[in-house]
Amino acid sequence: MIRVDGIHKSFGKIHAVRGVSFEAPDGKITGLLGPNGAGKSTTMRVLYTVLKPDEGRATIDGVDVATDGLGARRRIGALPHSAGLYPQLTARENVAYFAKLCGMEKAEIDDRVNEIIQLLEIEGFADRRTKGFSHGQRTKVALARALVHDPRNVILDEPTSGLDVMATRSLRDLILKLKDEGRCVLFSSHIMQEVAALCDDICIIAHGKVAIDDSIDGIRRRTGCDDIEDAFVEAIQMVEPAR
Amino acid sequence: MSTTITVFLKEVLDNVRDRRTLISALLLGPIFGPVLFSFVINLSIERSLDSAEKTLELPVIGQEHAPNLMEFVRSKNIDALDGPADLASAMEAVKTGAHDVVLVIPPEFGEQLADMTPALVQIVSDQADRDADRDARRVRGAVREYGQLLSGLRVVARGVNPQALQAISIDEVDVSTPSGRSAMLLGMMSYFFIFAALMGGMYLAIDSTAGERERGSLEPLLSLPVTRSQLIYGKIGATCLFMTLSLALSLTAFYFVLDFMPLQQLGMTPNFDLQVVGAALLLFLPFILVGAALMTLVASFTKSYREAQTWLNVLLIAPTLPILIVSILMLRPRTEFMFIPSLSQHLLLVDMVKNEPINGLHVTISVVSTLVIGILLTWLCARLYRREGLLG
Repeated sequence: MIRVDGIHKSFGKIHAVRGVSFEAPDGKITGLLGPNGAGKSTTMRVLYTVLKPDEGRATIDGVDVATDGLGARRRIGALPHSAGLYPQLTARENVAYFAKLCGMEKAEIDDRVNEIIQLLEIEGFADRRTKGFSHGQRTKVALARALVHDPRNVILDEPTSGLDVMATRSLRDLILKLKDEGRCVLFSSHIMQEVAALCDDICIIAHGKVAIDDSIDGIRRRTGCDDIEDAFVEAIQMVEPAR
Repeated sequence: MSTTITVFLKEVLDNVRDRRTLISALLLGPIFGPVLFSFVINLSIERSLDSAEKTLELPVIGQEHAPNLMEFVRSKNIDALDGPADLASAMEAVKTGAHDVVLVIPPEFGEQLADMTPALVQIVSDQADRDADRDARRVRGAVREYGQLLSGLRVVARGVNPQALQAISIDEVDVSTPSGRSAMLLGMMSYFFIFAALMGGMYLAIDSTAGERERGSLEPLLSLPVTRSQLIYGKIGATCLFMTLSLALSLTAFYFVLDFMPLQQLGMTPNFDLQVVGAALLLFLPFILVGAALMTLVASFTKSYREAQTWLNVLLIAPTLPILIVSILMLRPRTEFMFIPSLSQHLLLVDMVKNEPINGLHVTISVVSTLVIGILLTWLCARLYRREGLLG
């Protein structure tokens, strides 16, 4: 379970996140939706502790990300936006390296890496060096790497960007499977249709603030738009841009 | 600890597979020094041997005024040629480099000799030109010797012992040993060892910071349940390993190259046996930590791989600066120099090569102070690795 409570983050003069709050419960998929530059990635970076919030509080299963970063990181699997691999290592080695760093036992690693490779349909290229992989292949390996240690909370920053239809579809199935296993999935996107098809709850962010945090039906009702794209545009306009 | 080892092993594997790192660590760094070194040494040996044995062709103005002198210089392996027309054109020819040295014998030479007034000859040379100066010295020596021969004959003719002309006899005692003479030239070796060590770790230092950030693999790495210190220590450790490998190869290469060089002909017998090779490796180990931490530190401040490369190339020169300054000022090893990394290793290595007794205090200070600086820099790296701006 992820809870975000009024966090702010500035980079120099740019006030990227201006008091974002939401909750992502276990066994549900929560979508973080917003146009480019809305503050989605910054919010997620605070959650996987590479950034510290200037104000406010965020917790993962009750562990504060600012004061106990290590504890918070133990409870998450994160796929940052444009996650890179080590080109001289094979896909399998890339995944196993992260498993080792997560403190998994040697005996356990091989089985788990095989399992996740099968799950993500990586077998075909698992033992090739990742240099020259296509974007889709890289994303799959990066996702395997983020999930290898079986995290309770999964944070995915625009995982479908640049993927083809088939890859997007299998990723969607995987996310649903994670939800069915009772995990907390937080997932960001700037594509309304995608979020609507997948998420139980949607938190629309614009200009660093939360515009609406509701179910898809709730959002339709509150914006008065039946079309989900219109509803998205309508919601974004509810937030005043920062000066 | 196990996390640090995991990172260390991964970095080693990653870089062993990277051709660029391998070439710079195991080929370029270690080979560059010995090759350049043997080239320079062989060239200087060739030149110094050349000039002593070769017949010197000497343009002379007014040969006809001093046939006996001409005969005498010929016995000194100097061949007289017809020189330029006059003194002015001789000076011009030396200035432009057409001739290295010109001997001018004025028409009054014979007359002055007969009158027992000092007979004037002129030697035109450019003393700033070291090569030409060597030739000029040979000519000067030959003419002077001829003069002494004549004065000896004159006093004998007057029934005086020619030894009366030599009031003082100088015997110069040169205490430099063949090993000692090697030291100046072989002092160059320190540069190559430092260079090889730094080259060996350069790409790892860049890769683990700027490279990892540029590739986008840094952010996923930092989102793992490990501390950043564990990561950076593993990375610096891997950098140290490659640097050590590169240094060891460089030392070994020198060991073999020196065998093939005709250093004895230059009056040098450098003390560079396997024991010195081993001692030098141990001596440079603390410096490797300093180098690895320093390179990682600099690379972590840069925005991109390219920028890191530029800065680290500048950094390659930095450790050679204290050595250069001390060499130019020709300062003797002092205790306070031992606190300076790279300089202390250089001075101790020179002492070993000269086969001089090694000052235990100096070794202790060098090792301890370099190690302390290395640990401080590593700690600073870890601190800076924790800052938010790391992601750029």
